[in-house]
Formats: sequence, C-alpha cells, structure tokens
Amino acid sequence: MITLLRKQRYFIDYTLGTMMRHKGKSLGLLSVYTMIIFMLASVMLFSHAMRSEAVALLADSPEIVVQRIQAGRSVMVPADYLQRIGKLRGVTEKRGRLWGYYYDPAVKANYTVMASEQDQLTINDIVIGEGIGRTRGLSVGDYLTLRSHEGKAFSFRVSRLLESESELISSDLLLMNPQGYRQLFGIDESLYTDLVLSVRNPREIQKIAEKLTRLLPDSRPILRSEILRTYESLFSWRQGVMLILLLGSVLAFVIFAWDKASGLSAEERKEIGILKAVGWETGEVMRMKFWEGVIISLMAFLIGYLAAYLHVFYTSAGLFEPVLKGWSVLYPSFQLTPSVDGLQLATLFFFTVLPYTLATIVPVWRTSITDPDLVMR
Amino acid sequence: MKRSNTFFVCLLLLLTGFMASLVDVASESGQGLPQAPESAELVSRLGLTDLSLFTEARYTRHPSQADIHSAFQDHPVALEHFPTGSLLQPPMGLLR
Amino acid sequence: MLIELTDVRKAFNQGKPNEFWAIQGITTQFEVNRISCLKGASGSGKTTLMSMIGCLSRPTSGRIRLQDRTISSLPERFLTQVRRHTFGFIFQRFNLIPGLSVVENIMLPAYPLGLKASSLRSRAERLLEQFLLVDKASNPVEWLSGGEAQRVAICRALINDPQILIADEPTANLDSRLSREFMVLLDQLSKAGKTVLISSHDPVVFDSPVVDRVVELEDGLMVSGEG
Ligand SMILES: Nc1ncnc2c1ncn2[C@@H]1O[C@H](COP(=O)(O)OP(=O)(O)OP(=O)(O)O)[C@@H](O)[C@H]1O
Ligand SMILES: [Mg+2]
Repeated sequence: MITLLRKQRYFIDYTLGTMMRHKGKSLGLLSVYTMIIFMLASVMLFSHAMRSEAVALLADSPEIVVQRIQAGRSVMVPADYLQRIGKLRGVTEKRGRLWGYYYDPAVKANYTVMASEQDQLTINDIVIGEGIGRTRGLSVGDYLTLRSHEGKAFSFRVSRLLESESELISSDLLLMNPQGYRQLFGIDESLYTDLVLSVRNPREIQKIAEKLTRLLPDSRPILRSEILRTYESLFSWRQGVMLILLLGSVLAFVIFAWDKASGLSAEERKEIGILKAVGWETGEVMRMKFWEGVIISLMAFLIGYLAAYLHVFYTSAGLFEPVLKGWSVLYPSFQLTPSVDGLQLATLFFFTVLPYTLATIVPVWRTSITDPDLVMR
Repeated sequence: MKRSNTFFVCLLLLLTGFMASLVDVASESGQGLPQAPESAELVSRLGLTDLSLFTEARYTRHPSQADIHSAFQDHPVALEHFPTGSLLQPPMGLLR
Repeated sequence: MLIELTDVRKAFNQGKPNEFWAIQGITTQFEVNRISCLKGASGSGKTTLMSMIGCLSRPTSGRIRLQDRTISSLPERFLTQVRRHTFGFIFQRFNLIPGLSVVENIMLPAYPLGLKASSLRSRAERLLEQFLLVDKASNPVEWLSGGEAQRVAICRALINDPQILIADEPTANLDSRLSREFMVLLDQLSKAGKTVLISSHDPVVFDSPVVDRVVELEDGLMVSGEG
C-alpha cells in the first residue's frame, strides 16, 4: 500500500517535471481552463444564490393578489370589491394596494411608486430606496419634483431612505402618502391598484382563489406559490445569454484541450517509448499521464471555483452586473448570501475534470500498447 | 520529491479554501439572510411581490404580476430588446 | 545468463507490398559475462536484432531464450518485468528526458518499484559517484555535454542492477577519446559481472581489446563471428 502511494508520488514528480518543460504552455492551459471554470462556476453559484435569495426574500409576500381584468387588460380595482369579497373563511386580512410606475426623464429611470399607510407620511413627504437616492443624488431633506397627471409639478421632501440591506427588493421604491399618490396620478378615492389578501392556512389558498373568481368574475388572483415559482426558475439553465456566450468559449476550450490532451506530439510519443524501454508498464505510463490530467484539471477546478466563490459572494458578482443591468438605470447593489448547491458543484466537477483526464489518458493508451522499439531509431 | 511536495502544498491550500467556502456557506445559512429582518418587514408591510432587479421597463419590473390576457403587451414574453427577457422565464402561472 | 537465438526472423510490414525482412534467420548464443559486439553496415539489422533481444519488439518467427525462458513468446505483461529486471538500455541518442534533473533521469527506471525515497536516492548517488557526476546531480540534463549525457545514460541503465546491458551505437555521438573511455567503463562493468551486448560500426568499439566477440551482420544475416 505504501509502495503504491510512493509510486504515485514518483509519477507526480515525473509528470510535473515534464510539464514544467513547457512552462508557458502548461501555465497558459491552466489559466484558460481556470477561466472557463471560473465563468461556469460563477454563473452556477450566482444563479443558485440568487434563486434561493429571491425565494427567501419573497417568502412573506402576500398569499393572494387580486387584479381586475377589463377588456383583457389589468385595470384599477374599485374599492367596493373589498366589500363584495366580504368575509371569506380563512382570510385574515384584506386591503387595497396603490402602486404604479413613474418614469423620471431626468435620469431616464423607472421608479416604483407605492402608497404606504404605515409610514405615516405627510402629503409632502416621501421615502425612497437607496437606488433612487444614488441615481438622483438625493439624501434626507432633499426635494424631488414629480410631474402630476395634470402637468403640475409637485415637490416632495425625502424624509427617509430605505435600509440599504433591503436594496434587492426596495432599490427603486418611492413610498408616499396615499392621498399624495391619488393626487399625483389623479386616481379616484374609490379605486385601488390591486387587492391583497392574507391567508393563514396555506392549504386553503387554492380554495379561496376559486371562491374569488366566482365572486368576482373579472378578477384574477395571483398566488404566492406562483410568485415563488417564478423566482425559483430565475436564471434557470434553459435560458441565459450568458450561458450561450459561455457555450462558445467552452466549445473553443474543448477543441483546444482535446487537441492538447489527445494529440501526442512526437516528443511525447518518444518519451513514452523511453519509459517503456526502461521498464515502465503500460499501466504505469498511463497512471503517470492520468496524474498530468488530474493535476491540471483539479487545480483549474479548485482555483476557478474559489475565484468564482469570491467573485459572486464577496465582490457582488461584479462581472455579471452589466448583463443583469441591461438598460436599467437603477440597479440594486446587494450582497448575496453564500449558498452552494452540492449537486451543481458535482455536475461541474464531472463535466470538467473527468473528460479532460480521460482525454489525456486515451491516446497514451493507444501509443503505449505498441512496441517501444521506436526509441531505438 | 520537491516538485510533488510543492504540488501537495498547493493542493492542500486549495482544498482548505474549498472547505472554507463550504464552512462559510454552512455558517451563513445558519444565521439566515443578513438582509432578512429589514426586507421581510418591508415585504409584508408593503405586500411586495418582486425583486427590484429588472427595472428597465414596466413589464420587467414585476414579472410575477404580468398581465395574463394580453399576449405581446406588457408581458415578459413580449418581443423585447431588453436583456431581462433572456434571463427570466415567463411567470409560471402563464406557462401552465 | 545465456542468450540463445534460434532462427530468428523479423519482417516489417508483413503481408503488405512493402514487406521487408530486416532479420532473415539468425541462430547464435551470447555468453554471460562477455562483451559481444554487433557490427555491420547501416541497415544491416543491428538495431532490429538488439531490440528483439531486449524485449522491445518480438521476432516474426524463431525463438529467443534467456537462460531457460523463451522470452519471444511471453505476453506483454511479463516482457515488461523481464525488461525491468534483466536489461539496461543505452541508446544512440541517449534518450534522456528533458525537464528532469540528472539524478531524476537516473532514478527513472526504479520509479515503478516504489522504493523508499532515501534508498532510491542512495542507489542513484552510488552510481553518480562511480561515474563522476556528483556535482551535476541536480542540473537539468539539457546542460550536459555529450560525454556526460552518455554517462548519465549508463547510470540510468544500471539503476535496477540488470544482468544484461544493451548498448545500441553508444559512441555514435562521442569523439574517439570519449569512445575509448566508454569502452573502459564497459570493461569495468563486464568485470563486475554484467553481460554486455553492443552494436557499432565504429572501429574504436569493435577493434577494442575489451570486446570478447564480434558478430558481423549483413542484410539481416550473420556473416561472421560464430561463437
Ligand atoms: N518500422 C520499420 N518499418 C520498415 N522497415 C524498417 C523498420 N525499422 C527498420 N526497418 C528497416 O530494417 C532495416 C534494418 O534496420 P536497423 O535499424 O536494424 O539497421 P541498423 O543495422 O541498426 O542500421 P544503423 O547502423 O544505421 O543503425 C533497415 O533497412 C530499415 O529500413
Ligand atoms: Mg541502428
């Protein structure tokens, strides 16, 4: 057993020596390989962490949102729908929400404007998300002027900024007094944007939704489970420009690695001949080459993974920002909670380390079962 | 011998880093999300339904609230030139 | 250890239009503890014959026996064992592995034995001393002169303490002074109990007084030097 381990150690020594012979080439290969793993692992870690983060953040979102559909479009809900719903069993709370969008031409950004009762804002006060503060350069005490539906300019005083920890859900929020909201957008007292129902027992949600559609035929309930499922499939493998872009580079690398690993140069072939002539078995030559593959791919895997880990969780996935940001002007700055999906990690491992290692061994096997007498020539 | 020692040291360092990352994950997930208390409060107080991640257009900001009966309008599967559409699936409710 | 060849033949590309019989029936014996030399024009089949004796290739027909074992029909697995423990090879082009140091090149044949590092090292050091290479031990082999490279090749051939040394034109890349020195080294080895088989068309080698027997090949046949 110890002999066996010692042998492997000698093989590793040997293969490192021969790899160092072409230092630039080996290091180049290692770094390209590492880059690929880094990109793949970054996408993997990021999308997984983002999904679990989203699901965790939205765990408390309303159990049921009721929209009203008129002529195929969602429209404001009359306040008396709350009365029409009446007392449904299992519904612990029901209220109307007032929200919408405001396009700010000054910075070409879309804000999400929401009326908030609980903040007890005066009609001239607003609370804004960090993202708006950053983009417009606003801090507490500053004034933000919004244009009303009649074209009048309303000035609001920023009374508070939302906690920066919550940016992932609140970056573009603009909270104001419900009265102010109605005046700004010209919305009648009797209307809400949508209704929100709280349900205590999750098993009743489906039944309540059915009752709702019977009570209010022009309504459309959206369940929390649907919201969560939407975010569970965020950046799923099926889509992603990033993945498609990556695919190109991965393929290029596969060709490169295949060429490097599988095409034995005359030099390497000769080397195998020498090893066999001095008494190495075919299996031993292969084990030596196996270590070459393992060293390169394992190092690349570990370095790439670690770099991706730091990139995603400690530098806020800075490289992905341009892609995620797209055309948005407001982009939340957030720190993802480290989370790793073991299965994904194992998949990445098997799809990178194994093929490369195999690609190094197979051609050696073909060469080393032939007679080694070519070294004599 | 020297070379393999260097290699083993490197490998050990990397494996330690790997383990450290797993430990990091375990410890962080034990604590819950760092932004959890503030965010959870906001979400339930305001009844928030979506991440403020895709703010580029009205119909990408609240994908889970997308309009159901108006295909190709105000809809995340509408033809659009924003990258969001390639990052985000249509809401699950619409796919059934 | 006696090497016995019975009607050994070797064809290249057998069955194809370019079929070529490099060895056309050789029957002879090489005795233990002797230095035997194969001589002959280029292309006469010296290398081909030696690679068959050294288990690097197989004869197309005929038999090669090593003491009481017919090595020409052993399966590959056993051939490796025979190669490892019985033969040491010195090649015309030295065939050292670049990128490794002198001492690593010397230890190469012993790696698969899985010896302890210290005993492996001491084996190599004994040889380095014997062949005056101690101060070069950790140099990369690319830095060596031809004579030094040849001595390293000899060390490598000796590390597993083989009974038979096979040297294919070992002096082709050496000048006549170094060639003579090489023959002296061979003489020492044969005195120490090794059987040496050497091929050459260099008069310094086959006319050397240390050579016990010269076998002449021509077009794959033995023309003189019956033992
Ligand atoms: N793999 C091969 N395929 C075809 N012909 C071969 C092969 N190997 C050797 N030969 C031929 O066999 C003959 C003998 O070759 P060999 O190498 O044994 O000669 P040699 O006596 O060692 O010559 P030299 O002194 O030049 O080294 C040559 O004519 C050579 O062309
Ligand atoms: Mg020859």
